[in-house]
Amino acid sequence: MTDPTFPTMIDLAGVSKAFTLHAQGGVRLPVLDRVDFAVRAGECVALVGPSGAGKSTLMRLVYGNYRCTTGSIGIRHDDEVIDLAAASPRTILAIRRRTLGYVSQFLRVVPRVPTLEVVAEPLRMLGVDKAEAVDRARILLARLRVPERMWSLPPATFSGGEQQRVNVARGFAADYPILLLDEPTASLDAANRDTVVALINEARERGAAIVGIFHDAAVREAVATRTFDIEGVRAAA
Amino acid sequence: MNDTPLLQVEGLSKRFGRIAACDDIGFDLHDGEVLGIVGESGSGKTTLLRCLSALIAPDRGTVRYRMRDGSRRDVFALSEPERRLLMRTDWGFVHQNPRDGLRAHVSAGANVAERLMAVGARHYGEIRERATDWLARVEVDTARIDDAPRTFSGGMQQRVQIARNLVTHPRLVFMDEPTGGLDVSVQARLLDLLRGLTADLGLSAVIVTHDLAVARLLSHRLMVMRGGQVVEAGLTDQVLDDPQHPYTQLLVNSVLQP
Amino acid sequence: MTMPLHTEARAAGYNFAFLDEQTKRALRRALLKAVAIPGYQVPFASREMPMPFGWGTGGIQVTASLIGPDDVLKVIDQGSDDTTNAVSIRKFFRRMTGVRTTERTEEATIVQTRHRVPERALSDDQILVYQVPIPEPLRYLEPRETETRKLHALSEYGLMHVKLYEDIARHGHIATTYAYPVMVGDRYVMDPSPIPKFDNPKMHRMRSLQLFGAGREQRVYAVPPFTSVRSLDFEDHPFAVQTWDQTCALCGAGDSFLDEIVTDDRGGRMFVCSDSDYCSRRRGDGETDPARGAAAE
Repeated sequence: MTDPTFPTMIDLAGVSKAFTLHAQGGVRLPVLDRVDFAVRAGECVALVGPSGAGKSTLMRLVYGNYRCTTGSIGIRHDDEVIDLAAASPRTILAIRRRTLGYVSQFLRVVPRVPTLEVVAEPLRMLGVDKAEAVDRARILLARLRVPERMWSLPPATFSGGEQQRVNVARGFAADYPILLLDEPTASLDAANRDTVVALINEARERGAAIVGIFHDAAVREAVATRTFDIEGVRAAA
Repeated sequence: MNDTPLLQVEGLSKRFGRIAACDDIGFDLHDGEVLGIVGESGSGKTTLLRCLSALIAPDRGTVRYRMRDGSRRDVFALSEPERRLLMRTDWGFVHQNPRDGLRAHVSAGANVAERLMAVGARHYGEIRERATDWLARVEVDTARIDDAPRTFSGGMQQRVQIARNLVTHPRLVFMDEPTGGLDVSVQARLLDLLRGLTADLGLSAVIVTHDLAVARLLSHRLMVMRGGQVVEAGLTDQVLDDPQHPYTQLLVNSVLQP
Repeated sequence: MTMPLHTEARAAGYNFAFLDEQTKRALRRALLKAVAIPGYQVPFASREMPMPFGWGTGGIQVTASLIGPDDVLKVIDQGSDDTTNAVSIRKFFRRMTGVRTTERTEEATIVQTRHRVPERALSDDQILVYQVPIPEPLRYLEPRETETRKLHALSEYGLMHVKLYEDIARHGHIATTYAYPVMVGDRYVMDPSPIPKFDNPKMHRMRSLQLFGAGREQRVYAVPPFTSVRSLDFEDHPFAVQTWDQTCALCGAGDSFLDEIVTDDRGGRMFVCSDSDYCSRRRGDGETDPARGAAAE
């Protein structure tokens, strides 16, 4: 359902990324070379390519976590397009708060914060009132089969799969216009994988622009509207 | 949200003899922003904090602050009474060693209540209620309100110091290694508390730390200092995950995964 | 030995009132400044006196700088004219000046006191000189002199209430009973010297000039006549003076500050006026011991 009338949410133009390792005598590791990549609202684009090719790097560039060496990263935020490569930290934080959701492979947890609050936090940051945010968190945790007795515990001691589900719940708590998903189903069983697939499709149907890395071909099949092969923009090492 | 910066720093320099402790430093801090300053001992980060908070005067440069009435004032051009009033109402300063920020011989309650009385609160019942409320917010057992802080653990003392600073609802808090001398488990609890308080109260803060994990958890933005200069600045996760400057890379690679 | 004592002192080379005239002038200049800035502590060059610091050397120097041959001096210690400190200071001034001394409050032109304000109201031609051990009311909480000066200069007196807060937190009420801090002329917080807080209200808009001298600490300060002197307090814990269930066992007074006197080693005690002049005059004026009066009936 790539409707050409839907707005372009992500628009990368001529983006290159190279790492310079000063500790290794300034050796330069090019990763991406002149990437042009656009995603419209209502699309779910799966990044494909061999591991180490730069899929995660591309995601991190779109999230503003990495700085690109050249090029521009346009993000539609509150009806204007902002170039992340030139935006101030304050603007990037505002974009992340309202526009850009990111589900990473690993949950970075704050000690002592209970699961329910971890999940509700993105909504709280948007100014949603506490009761409503917690209600939404409950629904998501229940859908992802995180046992209710664990909701009041900090997720630090949870298993990998449990942490991943908390992470997914957190990523889907706020209805972000753009969602970046880095292996959201990696350590999940079949039932939870299906739930995540359903969540992704629901998000796309409400008009989110989604970019994801899905190693599981069945999941990719079930959610992606198209693929983007990173091999074509991989920098020659 | 106000688009005028709360704090605007330009060309700030401070020398001690031949050593440039701060060299031409400038940045803006907006409402609700937490800025971390990292660097090793001697990098000038503490001197910078002391200049910013008007504890010492820089040799050159300006620090402009947006007052509660919206006017923007150079903090070094304020009269001493104005500056002192600012420091005990709209600003806070959390010292690394709670002994430097607390009165050792008066009770925890009086330590918290002092700023209220300093701005004219004269109703004992109300003062005590607010002190009790703040001790509870920083998770100090309110049954100990009348005990002297010297009978408290280090972590508790630090929390009393935080309550003492926040009781007047400051808009800007300076912190110098706030989790410095504490055990790891106590640190985690304090970090969580600070993170919650800054978010809930919409506080702006400048936090000096040499601990990158503390910086990642608390700050939105980071400045990396070395030899009195800012070598790299930006979004906290950007600076830590994709460091550009050789020194920042060295710093990030020298610690266990923050 | 027919020569009056003070003539003997003059013959031995002592100046009138012990201090040399330059020192007195310097002190009077400091006192004028103190009067001009009510409650403000003025430094002065305190001299060695022929008694140790802590024995009222500040008050003695203030008195010495003011006293003239026509003055009449009264000296009290804890309200009494007969205690060691009062007796020795009175004797000192008799020898050094030859002025008349008195125990009757209304006769005196200068009343030097330690720890009390006389019960009888003073008039505008009298001067009350207080002996002060620690002039700085903020010292208890702030040991740095540079900082306390700044606090006074900027009228930052929140700290003073910290002490009162601690009192209430600890005792349920303001337990400070002497040297109770006051605000003078709505500007400076002042230590009234270790008088009981019972005497604080007497300082408010007093008709006579009040001067304070701290010898060891080298400070003088003043409350000019008719100056407001307000005791610090909280809205919900207002300032209140001490009260007693008893009246004075000797004169029956119910309006004076009472001292508790242990009368034997079997727990016997009685309460009597601390102001000895006030008490004896009331008895002379016909007031009787209520206990004895009851027995007579």
